Amino acid sequence: MTTSRTAPAWRLARTEERSALLILEGDWLARETGVRDQATVERILDEAGDAERLSFDTGGLGAWDSALVVFAKMLRDAATRLEVDAAGLPQAASRLLALATEVPEEFPARPATRETLLARVGHRTRARWRDAVAVAALVGETVQRGLVALTGRARMRAVDVLLLMREAGAGALGIVAIVNGLVGGILGFVGAVQLRRFGAEIFVADLVGIAMVREMAAVMTAVVMAGRTGGAYAAQLATMQGNEEIDALKALGIPVYDYLVLPRVVALVAMMPLLYIYACAFGLMGGLVVGVATLDLSATAYLVETRGALNSTQFVFGLVKVLAFGALVALAGCHIGLSAGRSAADVGRAATSAVVAGIVGVIALDGIFAVCADALGI
Amino acid sequence: MTREASADDLLRVEGLTLAFGPKLVQQGLSFSIRRGSIFAVMGPSGCGKSTVLKAMIGLLRPAAGAVFVDNEDYWAASEARRIEMGRRFGIVFQNGALWSSMTVAENVALPLQMFATLDPDAITALVRLKLALVGLAHAADVMPSELSGGMRKRAGLARALALDPDVLFLDEPSAGLDPIASKRLDDLILELRDGLGASIVMVSHELPSLLDICDDGLFLDTDTKTAIAHGAPRDLQAGCDHPTVRAFMQRERADPADTEPAHGKG
Repeated sequence: MTTSRTAPAWRLARTEERSALLILEGDWLARETGVRDQATVERILDEAGDAERLSFDTGGLGAWDSALVVFAKMLRDAATRLEVDAAGLPQAASRLLALATEVPEEFPARPATRETLLARVGHRTRARWRDAVAVAALVGETVQRGLVALTGRARMRAVDVLLLMREAGAGALGIVAIVNGLVGGILGFVGAVQLRRFGAEIFVADLVGIAMVREMAAVMTAVVMAGRTGGAYAAQLATMQGNEEIDALKALGIPVYDYLVLPRVVALVAMMPLLYIYACAFGLMGGLVVGVATLDLSATAYLVETRGALNSTQFVFGLVKVLAFGALVALAGCHIGLSAGRSAADVGRAATSAVVAGIVGVIALDGIFAVCADALGI
Repeated sequence: MTREASADDLLRVEGLTLAFGPKLVQQGLSFSIRRGSIFAVMGPSGCGKSTVLKAMIGLLRPAAGAVFVDNEDYWAASEARRIEMGRRFGIVFQNGALWSSMTVAENVALPLQMFATLDPDAITALVRLKLALVGLAHAADVMPSELSGGMRKRAGLARALALDPDVLFLDEPSAGLDPIASKRLDDLILELRDGLGASIVMVSHELPSLLDICDDGLFLDTDTKTAIAHGAPRDLQAGCDHPTVRAFMQRERADPADTEPAHGKG
């Protein structure tokens, strides 16, 4: 490879009455000496004027690559009146030019799709409606197949469920402990600052206990699982979609629902109550540590107060919520994963929307539970 | 049959040994690729053809041996230098390996944007040329997921051609294509070789295309884990004494110890 390059040069010569000759010199290398632009091409064609034929003289041409072929192609594409004769180009270049002009039109040019605002709104609304129907169908199918599974007749492999349970249960212990321990501690701090003013320090135990068991343990665990497991379900199923793995299941007649969705829903729903109890323990412990460290309370007094504040109704309420949250997160993840597109970008989008849908859904559902609990006086 | 390696070969491989950890794939490979030739890496499935290709394009460091690009030791060079040498390579992966989040035109444009200082108009013109060369000018603004397998492969070829490579590597170019599409791709490869003056290295076990377009090659064996024949596929078919090569080239079953004929990925 030589390093010194001469800039590409061209000049136009008239040979006969109605024909022009374009003399090309220098090195035409795209990455080193650039590519000629459309304006240059137009100028050359203008200069050629009323000539009917434009041919090339490449006697003084140095090294060349695509830059030369692009130039010749641009000339040919832009020429309306005259004919560009490639015979004067180096043989290889004229072959490439011929190949590039053949244009086997295989891909139908798509009609420009510019929709009106009304059409866009309509399409979006219909898409949302279809989505809602699909989710409702998924919930229905879950109940239906879940009942079948209870009789032991669903085609679900036990080993899959156990693996998924380990992933969703034992795998999440660390992060659930950290998050709930911290939330318990934070509630303890908030309560301590306020209650100290009334000399009611001991009620920190009530505050932390009721808040954790009724609300925070369930919501925080569900949010963690939405990020951790819901996103994973969506990404996994979307990738399987992209690899045609789901098509393979369908073609074999293996019910996708029983094989992929049900085990995930079952695993997460089964693990959520355990994680909830575990989260409560860590939340209460966080409150205890803060209470004892900042408020001069004894650990015994704190625990006795907590026990007095909590009753089994609180726990049952939390357990019911967490079961619903688990089902919601798992179903959202599976539904979004199964309806994802087939590219790498689609997998990312699926994971994102599963996490967002999971978190928003959990909090919205928690709001509904709060209203219901209020109405029922729980 | 074996041709003496000469110093002006574009690509020269000496004593190449490839392994994944303790698992030996191929050993003691020596061959060279002439400028402008179409070189075939042949062999039954699972013999390590694609692995050999990976060592040549810089994706897998060989356990021993060297790859020379224009007499420069590729694997002995610094990483920056290796990337620079790698820009002379164009690589077409088995399924096109197009970046799914970009349109076909953006796929072809990316190497130009990353490795060449060209203004956007010049890049557009070059991209249009490369796509026209592979017959996909009309699919420029389409996402890869909308393309058929053969078109995806040709789009991959257009991307490999983006930087006007000196060597074009093709991994199983005709795998998964029907005979007509496969023939068209072969013709295109020949045209491009003649037009660009590039050397082409292809990994394949598709007999028709091997016989049709390759003028040099190497046959890898699974059992001995080395090359058992050198030369153009045509010559190997016409007369090679080795039973495995003969069986492969004549599509017949060799001795029972022989593996099944080529199917799937090598």
